Amino acid sequence: MSLALLVEQLLNGIQLGMMLFLMAAGLTLVFGVMNFINLAHGSFYMVGAFLAATFTAWTGSFYLAVPLALAGCIVLGALVEIAALRRLYDRDHLDQVLATFSLILFFNELATILWGTEPQYMPIPALLSGSIPLFEGAQYPVYRLAITGAGIAIGLLLYVLVVHSRVGMLIRAGATHRETVQSLGVDIKLLFTVIFGLGVAFAGFAGMVTGPLLAVQVGIGEPMLIVAFVVIVIGGIGSIRGALVGSLLVGLVDTVGRFILPLWLGYRFGPALASMAIYVLMAVVLVWRPQGLFRLARG
Amino acid sequence: MAGHLRPAHWLLAAVLLAVLCVPLLGDVFYTRLATRILILGLIAVSLNLLVGYGGMISFGHAAFVGLGAYTTAILAFHGVASGFLVWPAAIAVSALGALVIGAIALRTGGVYFIMITLAFAQMLYYTSVGLERYGGDDGVRMAARNTFAGVLELGRPSVFFYVVAAIFMAVVFAFSRLVRSRFGRVLRGIKDNERRMQSLGYDTYRYKLAAFVIAGALAGLGGALNANLVQLVSPSQMHWTHSGRLMVMVILGGMQSLVGPVIGAFAYLLLEEYLSSLTKHWQIVMGPLLLLLVLFARRGLYGLIAGRGEHG
Repeated sequence: MSLALLVEQLLNGIQLGMMLFLMAAGLTLVFGVMNFINLAHGSFYMVGAFLAATFTAWTGSFYLAVPLALAGCIVLGALVEIAALRRLYDRDHLDQVLATFSLILFFNELATILWGTEPQYMPIPALLSGSIPLFEGAQYPVYRLAITGAGIAIGLLLYVLVVHSRVGMLIRAGATHRETVQSLGVDIKLLFTVIFGLGVAFAGFAGMVTGPLLAVQVGIGEPMLIVAFVVIVIGGIGSIRGALVGSLLVGLVDTVGRFILPLWLGYRFGPALASMAIYVLMAVVLVWRPQGLFRLARG
Repeated sequence: MAGHLRPAHWLLAAVLLAVLCVPLLGDVFYTRLATRILILGLIAVSLNLLVGYGGMISFGHAAFVGLGAYTTAILAFHGVASGFLVWPAAIAVSALGALVIGAIALRTGGVYFIMITLAFAQMLYYTSVGLERYGGDDGVRMAARNTFAGVLELGRPSVFFYVVAAIFMAVVFAFSRLVRSRFGRVLRGIKDNERRMQSLGYDTYRYKLAAFVIAGALAGLGGALNANLVQLVSPSQMHWTHSGRLMVMVILGGMQSLVGPVIGAFAYLLLEEYLSSLTKHWQIVMGPLLLLLVLFARRGLYGLIAGRGEHG
């Protein structure tokens, strides 16, 4: 096993981790504040990727396509929240799961009608194509570095927003003391829509920037959603910090596991075990700390 | 126990009787559809033990169905065709899977439980995709249905239907006893207030785990039956959307009763058949329909038929 390959896999793991973080952050924020579990979160990842592919084809520019697609995702998310989902915040989790499951059926079919079943391919934007040398014998694609950086930047932005801004103060207060926030005259409905929109924007963005790395097709959001659940279970529900640590752990274990396990165990059992690695990680964390690594204190 | 027969029950008995007469029509399509309804009804009943009686929202039930189905198909692949061996094996494998997954997932509750069952089911899905020897993505075919020492000819659609119907009724009867037993009452007590049951001295973890294993075992039986029906077992049958469909059947029918999920499976399959005959994009209608159901008709079809009042 060469060092260059290992470094490349580590960087890939961090890149996957940052994309997972974008998914998990929205999920965990929405759950932490509204006590709402959203299975349709993966649909926004898919919609983001499709919109970016379409707008890239129309405008010829990835950099124009991303803000357009982002706006599209946010409008869609706000519409869905206002029309349907906000009625479910006070319902039990079973109702929430079923309602958002039915939304997935709807969005998947809508995407099939609009974009067909053929996968769509997005070109990697010209400025970010190519590779850079890391050290002797090791090259790494610029685009992957760029989206890892974008993920980190958004993570920092979220940190500043949640910890140092007035909206962030309301978000934190809303998670632990909802009634108090409400009685202080804050428009809680608007706050919920904003938080939901923020989560949708993150998920959509992850879909958009991952688009050039994969075949954009119906259903791509769901595996991401389920892995984001693994991240949240590991990190502790409602905790942004937990989501970050969980994402990086899962991203690294998954990517490096897929690289190393077949080398160690052979190609007969290695790949199968590698696909189980993150779930085993989740099981271990659950046995050790059933509430996840970082548990959100509820008041 | 039997003193609570309401008009709704008579209606249901009439529907069941009508379903039992379907093979007499002599049309294989309808016999197969009726068989599917009973198999899915059985699986939905098993899921309802968790969701409706135990308050455990398991979103990975298709995985246990899949374990049973794969056990059946893999044994057939290696030449083991006797149902006397294969069906108990399918039940045992699913029960074991449920024991392991349940033991971990039940360490937590609420929304964690949903995510964890979903995640482990996804793991089993990927594992089945990785089974290159058994067809990988395409799955594994069964050349013939299981045999029962020459006594039952399952290859004939009507014989297979009546075998499934007999198992279905036995399971429903056993379940009606189970949910009224002390075990069933403890389970409902846990759903209502787990802490209270704990302070009464019940080891609630063990009760929930037992329910999870029973439900998993029955799902495995359903998987074995379904493998015999379609004679093809593939990863797509373990996909998480199938867990979602099963959940929808339970809720559509109504989870406060034993027969609700059966009605749900019946209604869901008929609706699916009907909508998909109208358009291939039928899910664009199904999705919003389910959303409206959740938002506005929470007690399910059984609630509509049986009207107000308590359900046992």
